[in-house]
Amino acid sequence: MSDAPILEASGLHLRFGSVAALDEVALRVWPGEVVAILGESGSGKTSLLRVLSGTVAPDAGEVFYRDAAGVLVPVHVAGEAALRRLARTEWGFVHQNPRDGLRLGVSAGGNVGERLMAVGARHYGGIRAAAAEWLRRVEIDPARMDDLPRDFSGGMQQRLQIARTLVTRPRLVFMDEPTGGLDVSVQARLLDLIRALVADLGLAVLLVTHDIAVARLLAHRLVVMRRGRVVEHGLTDRVLDDPQHEYTQLLVSSVLAA
Amino acid sequence: MAYVAVKGGERAIGNAHAWLDEARRGDPALPALSVRQIEEQMSLAVDRVMAEGACYDRPLAALAIKQARGDLIEAAFLLRAYRTTLPRFGASTPLDTGAMRVRRRVSATYKDLPGGQVLGPTFDYTHRLLDFALAADEDMPRPPMPEAQADSAVAPRVTGLLAQEGLMAAEPASDAEPGDLTREPLEIPADRPLRLQALARGDEGFLLGLGYSTQRGYGNAHPFVGELRMGEVAVEIAPPELGFAVEIGDIVVTECQMVNQFAGSRNEPPQFTRGYGLVFGQGERKAMAVALVDRALRARELGEEVGAPAQDEEFVLYHCDNVEATGFVEHLKLPHYVDFQSELEKLRAIRAAAATDARREAAE
Amino acid sequence: MSAAPEVASGGTLAGYNFAYLDEDTKRMIRRALLKAVAVPGHQVPFGSREMPLPYGWGTGGIQVTASVIGPDDTLKVIDQGADDTTNAVSIRRFFARVAGVATTERTADATVIQTRHRIPETPLREGQILVYQVPMPEPLFRLEPRVAETRRLHALGDYGLMHVKLYEDIARRGEVEISYNYPVMVNGRYLMSPSPIPAFDNPKMDRMPALQLFGAGREKRIYAVPPYTSVRSLDFEDHPFRPGRADASCALCGSRETYLDEVVTDDRGGRRFLCSDTDYCAERRADR
Repeated sequence: MSDAPILEASGLHLRFGSVAALDEVALRVWPGEVVAILGESGSGKTSLLRVLSGTVAPDAGEVFYRDAAGVLVPVHVAGEAALRRLARTEWGFVHQNPRDGLRLGVSAGGNVGERLMAVGARHYGGIRAAAAEWLRRVEIDPARMDDLPRDFSGGMQQRLQIARTLVTRPRLVFMDEPTGGLDVSVQARLLDLIRALVADLGLAVLLVTHDIAVARLLAHRLVVMRRGRVVEHGLTDRVLDDPQHEYTQLLVSSVLAA
Repeated sequence: MAYVAVKGGERAIGNAHAWLDEARRGDPALPALSVRQIEEQMSLAVDRVMAEGACYDRPLAALAIKQARGDLIEAAFLLRAYRTTLPRFGASTPLDTGAMRVRRRVSATYKDLPGGQVLGPTFDYTHRLLDFALAADEDMPRPPMPEAQADSAVAPRVTGLLAQEGLMAAEPASDAEPGDLTREPLEIPADRPLRLQALARGDEGFLLGLGYSTQRGYGNAHPFVGELRMGEVAVEIAPPELGFAVEIGDIVVTECQMVNQFAGSRNEPPQFTRGYGLVFGQGERKAMAVALVDRALRARELGEEVGAPAQDEEFVLYHCDNVEATGFVEHLKLPHYVDFQSELEKLRAIRAAAATDARREAAE
Repeated sequence: MSAAPEVASGGTLAGYNFAYLDEDTKRMIRRALLKAVAVPGHQVPFGSREMPLPYGWGTGGIQVTASVIGPDDTLKVIDQGADDTTNAVSIRRFFARVAGVATTERTADATVIQTRHRIPETPLREGQILVYQVPMPEPLFRLEPRVAETRRLHALGDYGLMHVKLYEDIARRGEVEISYNYPVMVNGRYLMSPSPIPAFDNPKMDRMPALQLFGAGREKRIYAVPPYTSVRSLDFEDHPFRPGRADASCALCGSRETYLDEVVTDDRGGRRFLCSDTDYCAERRADR
């Protein structure tokens, strides 16, 4: 891991009416690091992901992204054009619902190829070959390349979304409950796959989850959120094996009980 | 050669126009309709053409109807094409519909109210039985009409009464010059003055269907006709060289104010909101439809869920103009044989390639 | 382009300005045209007027022509490549009435050519203006109908949607299924609809010496390709753009290079092919 953070946020505040979604939140992510934002629903974890990725502007605070050239990009000042460029080059998004991350009326190959074409690929054969390779990597039979994802199972759709996201080798990937809507057996397979790919590619990942097992399996570091505040953060094993904050203790124990 | 027929040319056009003129006139043994007759006896058609043609001129609208053989969209188009060539001297000051000389005024929200309910010339309570007496060309003697009771008594607007009680959301006042759809292209998002302009010119049938859809759950409307009024209002202009407004004439308009529920938001208590419709002439159905659609289009600004067609600003505003719509739909009958030829060749090529593939696979 | 006079010149329709539009409107349209020329391929919104012809009949092209034409110009009007199609005749007659300009059917003699769906076969030269009638200026409209969204995509140069469409066509059918109105990239920046000309005509747009102006009346957009500007049809390196035409020769002039109309001659499959560009065909026959 290099010594300059790839993403750096400080002093984040966001209110929805009388509810504080984010209250003085700060966060850093280093290259190649997987950080999980852990919390129950309503804890502000999804708001944090949206603010960090530039989708929602905070009421106060700043977010900086250090791009591949080492330039510090102020995420909420850079403008829509710069963010869209990042979104199709250095960033990736994996949504909980694959419908939000895929074009269901476009073939699996087209879904993977779109990001390549968006960064200038113009060789049809080359795009096909890359798409086939990535379908293999996410354990989808390349023979299904010309099929529509709406005919795929939920797990396959999610794996396709991951292939589509990773094909252009982003540096930072935002994942929102990537295994959320899936059966337990399907989840395990997907988690293994994500873990292997993230390690292979050396990606930085910001992962939002309510599931401690998912966090333990994937994340190097944990950020525990409650009512818009970060109540605890640290290395995953340390936080889960020796939780300091009573809320984290409660979270961990409820998992053990279950 | 047969194909020459499709390349018409000047003479074909001339012949078509002559035929059209003959068809318009109908049986020459019958007396021709006068423009004055249309103006007087087809007055609601005249009103509709003025509204959709966006030009208040009864004799010209009647002429357009005569020339268009009663095709009201064609007539509105004739009027628009004429209107666009007219010099623009200025804009009127806002009409004061509160000072309207009311011919008809009904409220569905109050049994009685200052100014009273005035039925006026309405079909509302007619029994829809064909009146064969009208089939006679000669006028039947008519009983004398009682002197109208609709006097010049003040008829305050219902929405104003509600506002006094704080129950009607206030409309933000603005001195900003409203945009002009006839001069500048529509930009989305459009502000309310532009939306209302587009709706006032919009096609009655299209808006009627959209308004209807909001009542059937596509947009979740809870409308009451706060007030519907029709009558004459004065038009005033304030020439800059005079420094004060002068009256230049009267026009008949129909105004509808729909009162709608609003759940309130974080910053506002629950209250009523307004849907507004104003059209030239007597055009009650259209004014009501406009008021429903206007309110539906305010969903975003009021923080309501946006999902129904009538709430979709771009969809409504880009498709409500019948002169635009009829042009683009009807242009499909113009020759497209160059495009079609390229489609033919493409289809043949793809089918030939597929057949070759199939043969190769069979051989393998 | 010669300047239009401020007053109606002799021989034009009484009660109307030269070339129908009032001078203020023409100035407004010329400003839009200048902007369009300065930003090749970018759609400039303009205050399109209601014309005495219906939307869809060429109101955009007519307004552009009316704004650039002067009394010394010579106008040619074609529809489907032909000077004698009814709508071409009607528009030519309109300008003869309201502007009193000379008209011609010869491509080489025209200074302004208004067209619907074709580019003439005779190469155009510097100083000529080609005015296209455009029904739908937005090249992305079949993929994204929302005007507000397509304007954003253009601003960001985000044309992934269109590339995916081409990819999907090839994956499914082996080739791009667009045969007319084939999308082009102008000056390496803006994706543009060439209007519904056959893809066969697309290569003529690239580095054309003449000025190309596009008018969409109903959609209220103007755009332009200045002379000698790059116009590339979208494609893939290994699936290059291939303009198509009927594999036949003209029954009248024998041409094997021109774009052909197919004419059905009987109900037993009989057909013949003729040049769509009637002026070009007539000249080839005259030269023989």
